[in-house]
Amino acid sequence: MGAPAMSKTMTIDGKNVPFSDGQTIMDAALAAGVYIPHLCHNPQFEPHGSCKLCVVSVNGRNMTSCTMPAAKDMVVANNTPELNSDRKALVQMLFVEGNHICPACEASGNCQLQAAAYYLEMLSPHYTHFYQPRAVDASHPEIFLDLNRCILCELCVRASREVDGKNVFGISGRGIGTRLVVNAASGRLGDTNFAATDKAAHVCPTGAILIKRQGYKIPIGQRTFDHKNISEVQMEPMEPDHE
Amino acid sequence: MNEQRKIRLATCSLAGCFGCHMSLLDIDEKLFDLLAMVEFDRTPFTDIKHCGPCDIGIVEGGVSNAENVHVLKEFRKNCKVLVAIGACAITGGVPALRNNIDLWDCFQEVYLYEGGLEGNQIPNDPELPLPFDKVYPVYEVVKVDYFLPGCPPSADTIWKFLTDLIEGREPKLDYEMLRYD
Repeated sequence: MGAPAMSKTMTIDGKNVPFSDGQTIMDAALAAGVYIPHLCHNPQFEPHGSCKLCVVSVNGRNMTSCTMPAAKDMVVANNTPELNSDRKALVQMLFVEGNHICPACEASGNCQLQAAAYYLEMLSPHYTHFYQPRAVDASHPEIFLDLNRCILCELCVRASREVDGKNVFGISGRGIGTRLVVNAASGRLGDTNFAATDKAAHVCPTGAILIKRQGYKIPIGQRTFDHKNISEVQMEPMEPDHE
Repeated sequence: MNEQRKIRLATCSLAGCFGCHMSLLDIDEKLFDLLAMVEFDRTPFTDIKHCGPCDIGIVEGGVSNAENVHVLKEFRKNCKVLVAIGACAITGGVPALRNNIDLWDCFQEVYLYEGGLEGNQIPNDPELPLPFDKVYPVYEVVKVDYFLPGCPPSADTIWKFLTDLIEGREPKLDYEMLRYD
């Protein structure tokens, strides 16, 4: 950003948004203060394009804005009832696929899944719950891994690989069997060199990766999204580490 | 329609903690305003045991046993508008934490290993309702017209929702009123 060639523009919901070559629609939108809902995207990492929340209509075709390069004179529709309704359905599917019991979750109020659902005014998960049994791994002395809350955004995979240089996490399986796995012969987090200071321990958008003994240090009611909409929080210059 | 007729309101708690009912009572002196607008049918406040024809039914708690289904179906049959209130009614909530644990394991843990006043035995009185293997949100059993999330929704949230509904507006919650915790 700040590149000399910011003369090119596209429009998002009628607003002129400048961009430089190589920027995605999401990059340009974030820089211009236009909020596009997203869960698997974090500007600190390579785009992943898996959660599909950031799908926008580009010249009439639906595209993931975090992976789609911005181009001159693109006409992008973002904040429309149709797209937000699709986004709400995606969030509802995430809620019923995992086991997201907000009142019993330490991340409640700091959770981006929950905050996205608030933003999209989700009143119920609508679909039939899977209630799939998923494991909690408490083997690490400092960190919990609760797969009930994993939405497969791969942010921890990316952070561990790209920033920490450790490759602690990976994704295994396909389709509905896709799951987050831990890179140890035992499959347990306690048998890896994962540390609470690692970037990967602080990027989970939900409560799947939690630092132990932090739980309710910040009480419910005083947390990131308790009074502030995710569309404001994620527009702030740097997304705060997720605690 | 008789203009004097009050809205008939029924409430019940299925697999819940009565926290949503307590939160309703937390509207404090507005209870008088509420009573000017509504007449309670079946609810723990009146101790009426069966629901008659009502305008609004409010259901707290998820569906964890056979009795919950009977109560819920009675509400659905009798209430023009059915409202699911609180995390348990909407997602199964905290009781649904048992959904990933085998029911028999749950029973053993609760009644056999630790034991209670009556010794180590699993209650099997025929009057006890049959528990389900899982706790279900109410919308997976009957059609639900409105959802009021929260654990519990605050008194102000309940008041906003109820007054919207009673006065004929589409219930609308502000950002800080829409909460899942």
